[in-house]
Amino acid sequence: MITKAVLRALDTKAVIVISILVAVAILVPLSNLFLPVGHPMRVPNYLVSLLGKYLSYAMLALALDLIWGYAGILSLGHGAFFALGGYAMGMYLMRQIGDRGVYANATLPDFMVFLGWQDLPWYWQGMDMFWFAALMIVFVPGLLAFVFGWFAFRSRVTGVYFSIISQAMVFALMLAFFRNDMGFGGNNGLTDFKDILGAPIAAPATRAALFSATALALAISFLLCAMVIKSKLGKVMVAVRDAESRTRFIGYRVENVKLFAFTVSAVIAGVAGALYVPQVGIINPGEFSPANSIEIVIWTAVGGRGTLLGPIIGAILVNAGKSYFTGAFPDFWLFALGGLFVFVTLFMPKGIVGVFVSAWTALRARRASARAQKGIGSVTPGPDEPATPRTAPDDEAAPHGAEPKPAE
Amino acid sequence: MTSELASSLLYLDDVTVSFDGFKALNSLSLVVQPGELQAIIGPNGAGKTTMMDIVTGKTRPDKGEVYFEGRIDLTKKDEAEIANLGIGRKFQKPTVFESHTVWDNIELALKNPRGVFASWFYARGQSDTGRIAEILETVRLTHRKNDFAANLSHGQKQWLEIGMLLAQDPKLLLVDEPVAGMTDAETEETSKLLKVIAKNHSVVVVEHDMSFVRDLDCRVTCLAEGSVLAQGSLAHVSADEKVIERYLGR
Repeated sequence: MITKAVLRALDTKAVIVISILVAVAILVPLSNLFLPVGHPMRVPNYLVSLLGKYLSYAMLALALDLIWGYAGILSLGHGAFFALGGYAMGMYLMRQIGDRGVYANATLPDFMVFLGWQDLPWYWQGMDMFWFAALMIVFVPGLLAFVFGWFAFRSRVTGVYFSIISQAMVFALMLAFFRNDMGFGGNNGLTDFKDILGAPIAAPATRAALFSATALALAISFLLCAMVIKSKLGKVMVAVRDAESRTRFIGYRVENVKLFAFTVSAVIAGVAGALYVPQVGIINPGEFSPANSIEIVIWTAVGGRGTLLGPIIGAILVNAGKSYFTGAFPDFWLFALGGLFVFVTLFMPKGIVGVFVSAWTALRARRASARAQKGIGSVTPGPDEPATPRTAPDDEAAPHGAEPKPAE
Repeated sequence: MTSELASSLLYLDDVTVSFDGFKALNSLSLVVQPGELQAIIGPNGAGKTTMMDIVTGKTRPDKGEVYFEGRIDLTKKDEAEIANLGIGRKFQKPTVFESHTVWDNIELALKNPRGVFASWFYARGQSDTGRIAEILETVRLTHRKNDFAANLSHGQKQWLEIGMLLAQDPKLLLVDEPVAGMTDAETEETSKLLKVIAKNHSVVVVEHDMSFVRDLDCRVTCLAEGSVLAQGSLAHVSADEKVIERYLGR
């Protein structure tokens, strides 16, 4: 049953994307670790972490696209799940510092000693074990999404109203995590990490391994999303996006479909956050800021909503642009981002991938009509024969058949 | 009355709904027998669509009883449950899944387990493929099976929606204005189609088009201001003084 679903997901495009990701996961660390410094093909150390960060963003954008592009749920609070996964990883990393902190307390992280706490709060228990932290990375974002989605979808909160309450959720979490009493380091968050799984976190080999892990996690997420999208469940999700009440009247439980997609998406976002934190070395409440969640929407829109490849490309390109602009013209970046969003919304409603898909379709149509024209010269087609061969729509183009409506 | 309830497929008794004080349905009582084709006519605002909303669980009545198959209380169920009990609905405005192909539209509607995981791991078998092909043949859309529903003409969308209803294999079909916006030829085809469907399903058709209702040749109920004005054959109903006054005009 599951093998069937995997096989169905692995069409040519999916195989290409996954192969590229796996190749990147192998080649980038190899080039970084084994080529001599200064070699033209060597990926420098700073770039490994930077690319790793981009890939974790790509996972986050992919997660958002699963619900926004396919099920029509525009979450403006997806940063919450990313940050929660990040915090869970951060807690593990904090506990790994042990007595190497400023206050040399073997159990309590520095900020707790500073606040004068005597004992580790209950929710920090067990976070020194990687397996437990890994469980929490999946469980906490998943649970929040499940509970939030349960109430929201059951009460039929849709469209802008959902977007607004999801934004309110992330904002509330930001305010909560800013408080010192929460026990997550308040304003400063969690940082100054030393080890992950016994390996020094700043070492090039660890960085390279983290990069590989992120690329592989992205490949697995891509496969998982493709498994959902290519199945009948994926078609039901698109049906919900396009005609929610119709879907309900043919007997699907729309709230369950949405809840499933939302929870899966939150788990992917949480894992992305957990991979992000060790590579950037810090997690603080800023990750919960509403602006961050809105940026995810921009990455997805730029790359192409309703395609699985789009959000990956969008996240990488926009963030590469951000890295460049914030270095070269620091004051200009926000204008560029805003302008980009306006430009994409107005002129490229299907994003970068959409532009390529329509160019490809147009090219094929031209070739087909050119062939048909030549055909008239040699053989006269019968009166009933169509002038151009009808091509069966392929799966990737399906969401472009009709204008995907914004969440309404 | 109780025996009528027990033998009925759909039974509405004394149903009242009001929106902001306006009574959309005013103690409406209506019975649909198993296997029956029934047409509902009436002026705008008579409560025809509201009646369908009540039956399909979109709206809750303020008062009154709604029973399916004589024992299932529909006022306690939601849309998905009611759909799975075997009540299918076609909307006034054709509503199909525009970014899916015609084939996929039927496949989604096909009677199969509706759960999230059942859908995820669904694999179309021989019998389903056959059934979809058969339905496409019935609604005359076989030649467009690979086209996106968005690219169908208005009449074809109406037929596709009827096809989706058939795929659900409901016991009762509620069809809201199936020929609105159709050409005369399409209207004629649609009435043929509905009569074929009515052979083994119960069908309730809401329609304004009197010649179409005449074609259907079935029991007619005329609603006005939320309750039944007259009931019987079309000839009987259209001869009724009240119906002439309130709906048909002199």
